[in-house]
Amino acid sequence: MTATASTTTVRHTRVPTPKTPPPSNRLRAWATRAPLLPALIFMIAVTQLPFVATLVISFFDWNALYPDARSFTGFGNYSEVLTDPDLRKSVLTTILLTATVVLTSLVLGLGLALLLNRRFKGRGLVRTLLIAPFLLVPVAAALLWKHVLYNPEYGLLNGLLHWVGGDSATQPDWISNTPLLAIEASLVWQWTPFMMLILLAGLQSRDSELIEAARMDGASNWQVFRHLTLPHLRRYLELGALLGSIYIVQNFDAVFTITSGGLGTANLPYTVYQSFYQAHENGLASAAGVLVVIGSIIIATFALRVVSSLFREEVSR
Amino acid sequence: MKHARGKGIGLGLTAWLAGILFFLPIAWMVLTSFHSEEDAATNPPSLAAPLTLDGYRDFFGTGGGASPWPSLINSTVASLASTLLVLVLALPAAYALSLRPVKKWTDVLFFFLSTKMLPVVAGLLPIYLFAKNTGMLDNIWLLVLLYTSMNLPIAVWMMQSFLAEVPKPVIEAAQIDGARLPTILARVVAPIALPGIAATSLICFIFSWNELLFARVLTGVVAQTAPVFLTGFITSQGLFLAKVCAASLVISLPVLAAGFAAQDKLVQGLSLGAVK
Repeated sequence: MTATASTTTVRHTRVPTPKTPPPSNRLRAWATRAPLLPALIFMIAVTQLPFVATLVISFFDWNALYPDARSFTGFGNYSEVLTDPDLRKSVLTTILLTATVVLTSLVLGLGLALLLNRRFKGRGLVRTLLIAPFLLVPVAAALLWKHVLYNPEYGLLNGLLHWVGGDSATQPDWISNTPLLAIEASLVWQWTPFMMLILLAGLQSRDSELIEAARMDGASNWQVFRHLTLPHLRRYLELGALLGSIYIVQNFDAVFTITSGGLGTANLPYTVYQSFYQAHENGLASAAGVLVVIGSIIIATFALRVVSSLFREEVSR
Repeated sequence: MKHARGKGIGLGLTAWLAGILFFLPIAWMVLTSFHSEEDAATNPPSLAAPLTLDGYRDFFGTGGGASPWPSLINSTVASLASTLLVLVLALPAAYALSLRPVKKWTDVLFFFLSTKMLPVVAGLLPIYLFAKNTGMLDNIWLLVLLYTSMNLPIAVWMMQSFLAEVPKPVIEAAQIDGARLPTILARVVAPIALPGIAATSLICFIFSWNELLFARVLTGVVAQTAPVFLTGFITSQGLFLAKVCAASLVISLPVLAAGFAAQDKLVQGLSLGAVK
């Protein structure tokens, strides 16, 4: 399914290949291809086949606790997924969570990348400090925010409020008051370093002569940023946004750890997990899974276009 | 000029401040892990509390509760084995795609990439049912296969770009000198591509080590991995803050080490070789 999407998007990027070799070379051609086959066959077997199975199961009314009552239901599961208010809410939550985290970490990452692109004392150390959040095991990071920062009784956030405001300081219960924001903050903290790294790579590939020339002509910092840096960074911003989206749409660890999907924070991956792992609704879970795939294909089509444009430059270089 | 310099220092300080702010939660976690449970649970927090290794002692099992060792060993086995399998499958594929391009090679590359965009939940249920019916549930080798499929696309992409950096004329020259394929691979290709291959391996290791959803659904008692072990702390009420911090840090340590070692290649790997 995704393979078809990719072939259509890259058709225009194909590099010219020599004319078809004569039949005597057919053996040679297979010898060239052979090293590719193990990896290809493995990928098809482990990723594409299960998806086809999910697709088939999604058309059945099938609760694992009543295996004998399995019956074909057509698009019944899909209409149920789309009309169930809880499931509809999890679609909305997924979109909100992904958009908020990607946009915020992108903007923060851009600011940090611009700061880090300048020379200053200890730049290497600051870079290392900034990357650290991204290198924590995701469950560990989520536990850190849940217990060490957010805890209303002895968390660092309320501790700081206590320090500053004295004994009468407010001591909010962060996760109960703003559950989705609590998850988003922890994810922004983890993903900002990733965005910064990509954008820093983009900044460092800028043509420094062009910028110097613009400065000679009297361009201000803002003009250089607006008319040179930002257009150059555009593709890196797109790449960061799309890769971030692909990973965050699929986020399970933070939702599972911080709220266990409660308080209206269940996103689609968590809902799929819950509907088959706890509710044993195999058909419904599969239909929801297929919907996640459709959403991802929409994002992925854009993603592949961006990557293929970067790739085209790489090839032509 | 003087004004510009002052501004430069100001921006440097801002960068430092941002770095410290982002690192503060981790620093606080490290400090808490060395406090006693009582000192860890005070509000306002106590910076001067005496340091102790109790949190780590508790985590490693002498303080009651399950031992983390089986899960740490499972994670090590799953991550190393799948990284090895990725290398075995990806190296020949990357070689075919870069050094002697097969026809439509960009299409093949994009097929690999597109599988990375297939969400994990898309195949989770059939894999679970398959594992249940074949008795593969709670089996670490099933995770090895799944982690391999998760990392193989990234590895093919990265290694393809690393192998493509080997200059073709050098290989042709070696061929003219009568060198055979194994010699060329060992003497010409390996020295140039090895750092990249090492970085790719580190990234595959990190992703396998971090994975939670497959491990959570497909393992139980025997094959439990370290992140699944960590989920045991999700509902921990109050008393074990130092232990939670110690556990999180110990389990993150391999990733932190691998990540700092592969900093630059990490971006390249995560952006699937698109950013150099």
